[in-house]
Amino acid sequence: MSLLRHTKGGEVHERQALTVNPAKTCQPVGAMYAALGIHKCLPHSHGSQGCCSYHRSTLSRHYKEPAMAGTGSFTEGSSVFGGQANLLTAIENMFTLYKPDVIAVHTTCLSETIGDDIPQITENAIDKGLVPEGKFVIHANTPSYVGAHPTGFANMTKAMVDYFAKSTREDKVARRVNIIPGYVEPADMAEIKRLAKLMGLDPIMFPDTSGVLDAPQTGVHEMYPAGGVTIDELIAAGDAQQTIALGPVCSGPAAKALYAKCKVPQTTMGLPIGLAATDKFVMAMRSLNGGFVPEEIKYERGRLLDLMTDMHQYFYGKSVALWGDPDQLVGLSELLMSVDMLPKYVVTGTPGKKFLKRMGDVLGDKVHESFVRQGPCADMYLMHQWIKNEPCDLLMGNTYGKYIARDDDIPYVRHGFPILDRVGHQYFPTVGYKGAIRVLEQILNVLMDRQDRDSPEETFELTM
Amino acid sequence: MAPDSPEQAVELTPDGTLTSEALREELLKAYPKKSRRKREKQFIINEKTVNEDGTVTLPQIGANTRTIPGILTQRGCTYAGCKGVILGPTRDIVNITHGPIGCGYYSWLTRRNQTSAPSDDHENYMTYCFSTDMQDENIIFGGEKKLAAAIQEAYDIFQPKAIAVFSTCPVGLIGDDVHQVAKDMKEKLGINIFGFSCEGYKGVSQSAGHHIANNQVFKHVVGTDNTPRSKFSINLLGEYNIGGDAFVLEDLLERCGIELVSTFSGNSTYDQFANAHMANLNAVMCHRSINYVADMIEKKYGTPWIKVNFIGAKSTAKSLRKIGEYFADEKLMEQIEKVISEEYPAVFEAQKQYKPKLEGKRVMLFVGGSRAHHYQDLFGELGMKTVAAGYEFAHRDDYEGRDVIPDIKIDADSRNIEELHVDADPDMYDSDKVRDKWAKEEKGYSFAEYDGMMTQMAEKALVIDDINHYESEELIKRVKPDLFCAGIKEKYVVQKMGVPCKQLHSYDYGGPYAGFRGAIEFYKDIDRLVNAKVWKMIKAPWDE
Repeated sequence: MSLLRHTKGGEVHERQALTVNPAKTCQPVGAMYAALGIHKCLPHSHGSQGCCSYHRSTLSRHYKEPAMAGTGSFTEGSSVFGGQANLLTAIENMFTLYKPDVIAVHTTCLSETIGDDIPQITENAIDKGLVPEGKFVIHANTPSYVGAHPTGFANMTKAMVDYFAKSTREDKVARRVNIIPGYVEPADMAEIKRLAKLMGLDPIMFPDTSGVLDAPQTGVHEMYPAGGVTIDELIAAGDAQQTIALGPVCSGPAAKALYAKCKVPQTTMGLPIGLAATDKFVMAMRSLNGGFVPEEIKYERGRLLDLMTDMHQYFYGKSVALWGDPDQLVGLSELLMSVDMLPKYVVTGTPGKKFLKRMGDVLGDKVHESFVRQGPCADMYLMHQWIKNEPCDLLMGNTYGKYIARDDDIPYVRHGFPILDRVGHQYFPTVGYKGAIRVLEQILNVLMDRQDRDSPEETFELTM
Repeated sequence: MAPDSPEQAVELTPDGTLTSEALREELLKAYPKKSRRKREKQFIINEKTVNEDGTVTLPQIGANTRTIPGILTQRGCTYAGCKGVILGPTRDIVNITHGPIGCGYYSWLTRRNQTSAPSDDHENYMTYCFSTDMQDENIIFGGEKKLAAAIQEAYDIFQPKAIAVFSTCPVGLIGDDVHQVAKDMKEKLGINIFGFSCEGYKGVSQSAGHHIANNQVFKHVVGTDNTPRSKFSINLLGEYNIGGDAFVLEDLLERCGIELVSTFSGNSTYDQFANAHMANLNAVMCHRSINYVADMIEKKYGTPWIKVNFIGAKSTAKSLRKIGEYFADEKLMEQIEKVISEEYPAVFEAQKQYKPKLEGKRVMLFVGGSRAHHYQDLFGELGMKTVAAGYEFAHRDDYEGRDVIPDIKIDADSRNIEELHVDADPDMYDSDKVRDKWAKEEKGYSFAEYDGMMTQMAEKALVIDDINHYESEELIKRVKPDLFCAGIKEKYVVQKMGVPCKQLHSYDYGGPYAGFRGAIEFYKDIDRLVNAKVWKMIKAPWDE
C-alpha cells in the first residue's frame, strides 16, 4: 500500500493557498536552536505553551538530547492584555530556579501579533531587580509568519551580536576570526572549528552547539553542558580581524550587523559542503593566517578528491530530488554537480528569491534541466508530483522523505533538519573535506545497495 | 488491582529515611514566594482520611490551573490537544491547520497514531500535513480568503469526504471567522466542513483542546448516520492507537463478540464518528480527553457510559467483564470468559519470567491525563511500586474521582471553553436504555464513575500536578527511582542522570501495551529498559 496514496502524477495543480507537506518549519525553533549554542543560556519562548513544547520535542527527537527552554504560558488573558506579566514572572523564575547566565527570549506569532515590546519589558525586569547582576536577557523577533526556521536561527544569531559584541580597541586582533557556522549540526560546528585551528586561527564560533546537543552520558544532568560560545567570546567578537559567515541566509545578517556595529570586515560564503566550497572556506582563512595551508588539510583534500575520482562512475548522470534549507540546498547541489550528478528537483519552503539566483549559479548550463522553487507552496507534495511525472535516482533531505522513498522505491540519504528516525547526524560532520567524504559515502552506499538489490543473477557483481 | 495496598505507606527510598513531608518542604523552598504558593497546591502528599462511615476523604489537589511562566513545564497547548490528540488519529478527514507553518509541521506524524485502512482505495491523509502557511500579509489583512482558497484547493485536488480547520494563535487575535468560512465552503462544495477555535492560548493546557475537539465532533459529525448496530455494540472512547493499542483491543472485542462501532479516535474514520450514537454503550478509556463526548451522547441519545481500562491484564479482564455484565447475556459472558482464559496463560508465564527481575523497584509517572494512573496497574502486576505520580493536564476529578466535580471551582480559563448545551433528541433518545440503566444502578452496577488516581496510590505517596523540570530533577536526585515515566522532553534529561526513562506518550516507539498481549509486551520492555547493562557502565574504571 502506498503511504502517500493521494499524491498523483499528471497535471500539476498550481496552488496559491494550501501548503501540503512543507519543506520548512517556523522561525522560533531556529531561534531556540541558535540560543542553545550560547554557553549557560536558557532559551525562552514568549508565547503559548505549545510552541515551546513542540520545539523542544523536535530538537530532542532530532538530537536525542535534552533541549531545555522556558515558555511564557500565554493564556487568553495574556493575549488580550499583552505578555508583560508573563515575561516578568518567567524571568524571575528562570533566574531563581535555573540560574542561567543568559535568557534568550524569542517571540512567536502570538506575541508578535499582540505587539509585545521585549526590550521594554526587559528594561522593566531590570528596574524591578529581577535580572541578577552580571546576567543578561537578550531577544530576537521571530514571528512565525515571516521567513522560516533558518530565519529564526539568523535572527537569534544576530541578537548575539546586537547584545554583546564590543569594539574595545583601535586595531583588530590578528588571527582572531569570527565564524558563524549556519544552521548545521553540532558535529559540523566542531569540524569547522577544527579546520580553523589547523589554519592557525583563533576562532570564535557563534552559535556553537557542539558540546551542548551532543553531550556525553556522565550520570549527571548538566543543565548547561560544557559547550557553547561564552559571553566573553561574544564580546570579543567585536575585536576580531574578520568574520566568516557560512551561509547567507542563516549567517549573513549577524555578520553584517557585526560590521555595522564594530567594523569587523566580513565575508559571507556558502556552507563548506563539498570540495569547491571547502576550498573557498580554506582560502578565506588562508588570507588571514599569512598564507599557509597545513599539510593535514592538504592531505584531507587529497583523500576527498581521490574518493571522488574512484567513485565518479557510479555518480555520473544520476538525478536527485532535494528539499530543505536554502544554504544547505545550495551546498549540496554544488557537491552533487561536482561529481556530475544533477539536482533535478529542489524545493525550499523558506522564502527568498535570491535562492533561485544562487541555484542558477550552481546549476550553470544545467539550469534548464532542473525544477527549483522557493516559498509557500514550494513543498514536498509539489516535489513528489514532479517525481511521479518523471522519476529521479536519489532523494536527499530530512526524515519526511522516507514516505516518498518507500512509495516510489527511490534510494534516500537523510540530510538536514529534522532527522527523527536515525542517529549519527549529530556526531559525523558533512562539512569540510572529511564531511564531503561522509556525504559521498552515504550516497554511494544507497546507490550500490540499489544496484545489488536489483541486479539480475548474471550481472550481480562482487567487486564494484 | 492496586500496585501497592493503598493503605500501606509509601517508601520513597529503600532505607526509608526520606519522608514525603521533608522532601516536599525541601523542594518548595527554592521557589520565589508567589510561585511557591501556587506549587504548594499542586504538590501534595496522598494522606487519606478514613471517615466514621468508612468512606475515605482524599486531600485536595490544585489542577487544571495556569502554568507558571518560565517554570519549564511539560505542557503543550490547546491546538495540540485538539488537532494533535483528538482529530489527529482519524485518517480520512483533511485536517487543515490555519496559521503559520509551525503548528501544522510539528503535529505532522509525530504522535504515533497508527491506522489501518483496508486498501489503497480507502483514504488516509495522516501522512499529509495541510496548512495555510500564513504570511505577514495574511496577519495584517486577515486570513479568511486564503483559508477559503486553501479549502477549495484541498477539495479540488483530494476530493475528501470532510475537511476540518484548526485555528492557531494569531487566527483568534486577528479575528478570522473560521466557522463562517467553513460554513460557506460546506454549502459551496457539498461536503462536511467544520472548524475548531483551538488557538494555543485558550485554556491552560492541551486539555482545553480536547474539550473543543469533543464539542465540534459531536456537533458536526456524531449523529449523521443512523445505520442500526447490533445488540452488543459499543464505542471505545479515549483510545488513540499509540503503538497499535487499538488494534489489540479491536481484535479482543471481536473475539468476545462485542461490536465496536467507533473508537475516539485511534484507527478511526469519519463514518465511525457519524454512526457512534447508534452503539448501545460507551466505554471510556482516557477519561480526561473524552468524557465530554460520553456525557453529550448520553444526554442526547440516552446511551450510558462506563469507565474502563485496558492497560494491565487484570484491568483488561475486569473491563471486559464489566462490558459483559452490562449486556447481561449469558452467552456473551461465557465468550468473554473464554477469551480471558485463552489469553491469561501467556500473561502468567510472562509475569513469572519478568516479575522476579523487577519486583520492588520504584517508579515515578508524570504524564498525560490518564496514563499516569492506568500504567500503575501494569507496574503493579510486575510488583513495582509507584512512589510519585501526577498528570500533565488533568483536572481534579482525574486525581480525586468524579465525586468532586460539583466542588470544582470554574475559573476564568475554563469558562472560556464552550460548554455545549445538549438536549435529548426528540427522535433518537432511547428511554429504554435509561430505564435499563436505572435498574442496573439499583443492583449496584456503576455508570459514569471514575475514582481517580489517588484512591489507588499508596498512603503518603507524592502526587504532583503539572510537574516542572526543577521538581523532576530534584525528585530524581533525592529519591533515585528505578524508573521514571514521562515524555520526549524529559526522556534524555532523566537518562543523563543514569535513570531509565520510559516515554508513555510515544511508548519509546514500542508497544502495543494495551490488552493482554500488550501487557506482556510492556513487561518485556520494562525489563529491557530497567535492567539494561548500560546503566551500570556509567562509572569508568578509573573513577573512584
